[in-house]
Amino acid sequence: MSRSRWRETLLALVFLLPSLAILGVFVVYPLIRTMWLGLYRGGGFNGVRTYVGLSQYWDVFQSNEFRHALGVTLLLALITVPTGLAVGLGLAVLADKHLRGMRFFRTVYSSTVATSVAVASLMWLVLFQPSIGVLANILPFAVLKDPGILEDPHLALPALGVVSIWANAGFTFIIMTAAMQSIPRDLYESAFVDGAGGWRRFTNVTLPLVGPTMVFVVLILTIRALQTYAEIDLLTGGGPQGDRTTTITYLIYGSKSVISFDDGLQATVAVLLFVIMLIVSLIQFRGLDRRVHYG
Amino acid sequence: MAGVRLSNVTKRFDGTTAVDNVVLDIGDREFMVLLGPSGCGKSTLLRMIAGLEEPSAGEVWIGDQQVNGVAPKERDIAMVFQSYALYPHKTVQANIEFPLKARGMGRGERTHAARDAARMLGLSELMGRKPGQLSGGQRQRVALARAIVRNPAVFLMDEPLSNLDAKLRGETRAELISLHQRVEGTFVYVTHDQVEAMTMGTRVAVMQQGVIEQVGPPQEIYDHPASVFVGQLLGTPPMNVFRPGLLEPGEHLVGVRPEHVVLDREGPLSARVQLVEALGYERLITCALPSETVVVARVPAEASGAREGDAVFIDAEQRHRHRFDASTGKRVEI
Repeated sequence: MSRSRWRETLLALVFLLPSLAILGVFVVYPLIRTMWLGLYRGGGFNGVRTYVGLSQYWDVFQSNEFRHALGVTLLLALITVPTGLAVGLGLAVLADKHLRGMRFFRTVYSSTVATSVAVASLMWLVLFQPSIGVLANILPFAVLKDPGILEDPHLALPALGVVSIWANAGFTFIIMTAAMQSIPRDLYESAFVDGAGGWRRFTNVTLPLVGPTMVFVVLILTIRALQTYAEIDLLTGGGPQGDRTTTITYLIYGSKSVISFDDGLQATVAVLLFVIMLIVSLIQFRGLDRRVHYG
Repeated sequence: MAGVRLSNVTKRFDGTTAVDNVVLDIGDREFMVLLGPSGCGKSTLLRMIAGLEEPSAGEVWIGDQQVNGVAPKERDIAMVFQSYALYPHKTVQANIEFPLKARGMGRGERTHAARDAARMLGLSELMGRKPGQLSGGQRQRVALARAIVRNPAVFLMDEPLSNLDAKLRGETRAELISLHQRVEGTFVYVTHDQVEAMTMGTRVAVMQQGVIEQVGPPQEIYDHPASVFVGQLLGTPPMNVFRPGLLEPGEHLVGVRPEHVVLDREGPLSARVQLVEALGYERLITCALPSETVVVARVPAEASGAREGDAVFIDAEQRHRHRFDASTGKRVEI
């Protein structure tokens, strides 16, 4: 290697160093450390760790608790991702109209992006509350008062889904609005002159051209759904009936989780979640990417 | 087939008048060019014929139907946009078929029609490609094929050649003229390019600030411009304009086209050659008068040996002098 090439390489490394340091400290080291921790059992308050080895990953994967949490997590993703995407896209379509006062609605629609999950959860906790909650008092369903939506084993998870969808709606709306605004107006006008009605313009112009953005939104919403934690911790604590809303993330971090005092097991579950997210994202990306057109 | 009639059409946007009381009759199967500089209202006029804008006042007629308030798809028109407006995710075949699909035509019939249109424009080999895989000229032809596939009565074209390079623009101009003859439709063509207007239009409507300044066959407009504006818009280099009293006694502005400027050893106006541009078959000679007026003469290459810095005299035959009112700029016949 020539001298100038050495200097270039050295210079490149110097420029890369800050990023490498940050990535190393906050991503690579924790990941390796977690994988290593996942080989042990124990290590909670008493600090005693016992080496178990790689078999712990397989044992955890086969356990009822993990499989149940995986089922709940995937079900929550199934509830929130398609609906969240539809809500974001629907709001973006509504806000794309050039009507008076639309700026106000755009602000309202995107406002949830500035609301923390904790605040959103508390707001919905009040709405869901069985005796003084608004929903229980305006909707004619007995289950809302007794036992309450968050106490009902069949409704608690969908209710959490509603909170997640609401919390993510601002983000989805902003991204979809940006995608829609980048579509040239000529295409709509051309389709209009050619005789396409509103629905045909939506399916033939809007949807295909926001396709790549929709793939991005689906990936992000899925990752967020698989990581849902705060809503569960604040609204249901993993219950009702102990584990009806216990997702994988709650299994790892939740104070009422069955493995809350074993950081070895927690690390194992975290690594498994990482692998599952990687697989799901890759499948989605491969599957959806082929169906969309990139400019 | 049908003509287009604009009757006292006006369009205002937030207090600005884009099109002002335009009256224009476009005959059946005519190739009408709307010519004017940017912002003169020509595209707005076209969009009102298309139904993409509603007139603030006046009537738009297509054939014997008044189309104010009628949706574009009910007007029997097709439009070619400056950007071509091709659907990037659809193949050439699907792009051409789209107007037929939108009107509910069956698959077999529209495939057949799309192939016919593609054959007409030499696109048969490209049917499976997407717009991103085509050159500018090919995209332009796809946009034209999409316009002709439905065989509409009126074709509206909004500066369709402006994104092409000079060579391709020349070729496509010829193709459009031939297309107009083959499809036998009424063409309304918007451009700011006077060469397109001169070569393609059966008639040209020159617009300025929302108003039509002159309508007529291109050669007639070139030979008898109705105003200084029209005289300078058509022709490259533009018509020379002498202020009153400079070339001849009187109170009118005098316009002389560069090819009619006579450079001689004697004449009414002395000048100095500032620049000589050799274009092969001719020369453009830019002369400066003592009054700082600049005059451009177009002369055959072999006819003049004038060089930069030479003293010359400028003249023009009476029959080649156009007189305009000094205050309004309108043509004055003497």
